[in-house]
Amino acid sequence: MQTSFATLPPLARAAVPAHSTPFSEDLVLWHEQLGGGSHWSGVLRRGNTLRLVDVEGRANVAALFFNLEERTERYNMPDTLKAQHTAFLTRGHALYSDMGRVLCSIPEDSCGWHDTVCGVSTADCVRERYGEARYQEHRNAMYRNGQDGLEVELNKWGLGRRDIGANVNFFSKVRTDASGALRFDTSNRAPGQFVDVRCEMNLLVVLASAPHPLDPAPRYQPGTVQMTVWRSGTAGADDVCRLHCPENDRGFINTERWFL
Amino acid sequence: MSPITQTSSLDPLHAVLDAVVPAGEPWLQSVRQGQIFRIVDLEGNQAVDTLFYNAHDVEEHYSLTRTIQAQRALYLGLGSRLMSSEGRLMCTIVADTCGRHDTLGGACSCESNTVRYALEKRGMHACRDSFMAAIANNPYGLLKRDIASNINFFMNVPVTPEGGLTFEDGISGSGKYVEMRAEMDLLVLISNCPQLNNPCNAYQPTPIRCLVWDPQ
Repeated sequence: MQTSFATLPPLARAAVPAHSTPFSEDLVLWHEQLGGGSHWSGVLRRGNTLRLVDVEGRANVAALFFNLEERTERYNMPDTLKAQHTAFLTRGHALYSDMGRVLCSIPEDSCGWHDTVCGVSTADCVRERYGEARYQEHRNAMYRNGQDGLEVELNKWGLGRRDIGANVNFFSKVRTDASGALRFDTSNRAPGQFVDVRCEMNLLVVLASAPHPLDPAPRYQPGTVQMTVWRSGTAGADDVCRLHCPENDRGFINTERWFL
Repeated sequence: MSPITQTSSLDPLHAVLDAVVPAGEPWLQSVRQGQIFRIVDLEGNQAVDTLFYNAHDVEEHYSLTRTIQAQRALYLGLGSRLMSSEGRLMCTIVADTCGRHDTLGGACSCESNTVRYALEKRGMHACRDSFMAAIANNPYGLLKRDIASNINFFMNVPVTPEGGLTFEDGISGSGKYVEMRAEMDLLVLISNCPQLNNPCNAYQPTPIRCLVWDPQ
């Protein structure tokens, strides 16, 4: 018999809540605004959910996730895509680590498509597309890029450039044709689009809100992101992400064993 | 656009290195700038999980996102420029009789096998165990954090316009090969994939042959 949620011993099954709690103002722990082009890192605990809101309808949030307690375990794009037979992320998907565990999951999403394969903008890419705007002349309106933003944040935690794997690009959609050619698609962009990232483990989260590397916008104008964290609980027995596919049923079992 | 193929005129008799890597084994080898490196799918439909490092600074590794950005396309083939995490050119595909290679599928692992197939499959051999074995006590300073997402030569992982991702039977076959010119001094880390749970190796992992020629 193969292990599944239904075959777990009663004590292991009892450790899983009936369901997690949707967003409610009463459950909010903190808010923070992330200006376009900036970067952020911090600890998000298991059972809390981060809601990211694209305030003006042109944001991109490059994101990396690490297991706070064992930082060599981190978000793994290929494992995430292979487990769920998808090239993009949306509601119902789990974000897997390289160790077969669900770091976080997406119980709600108004966008429908978050890019997983294009990586981050770099200093060269931003300079070629938008020109140069240094701090010396432009103060905090300077032009920034995703790569440098992630590196700055990672170095605060003893990590660095070698720890930058393929990241998620929340709010960005990139489609592909039969030859594999890529095209940035702005059709899902709108002010107020949001995605919920529910933490299933204790996480170090690293974000950069610089432009997406394939964004065709002619001017440097990265969008503002509103961050809200609330106490949601973890994925329940009836959860849309757990029930998305048999792979996720097993991934959540691996995750929950870390905390049993 | 159909895959483009190109044969090579290089003669294995003149290779400076000629090694057979059995299924399920790792292979870590330095290749100097200008040398030509060929991987031969000896018996067909074999996934070859491959990573490149700057031989003088292993913190600089092959980057699938930089490679995808550079060519604005997902699949690798003739003329593809394989880029590093620092945005530098690591190697160029100069001959290819297969026509398409994957860089989204990553490497199999015991842990991902528990998710994809069954928790009971943890004990089956997997690529990332080969990578761990290869970097145990390596003299280059490679650590687990350097095991970036790799290339899968000879593997076919098409993405549909709707964003679906599938593993299909390979388009490779017995004797097909891919050849690269090293554009910097490289370390090449290969796991000759032992996966038995999906068609990436046609359920029958087989040996590969690796050859290196001096600059032509």
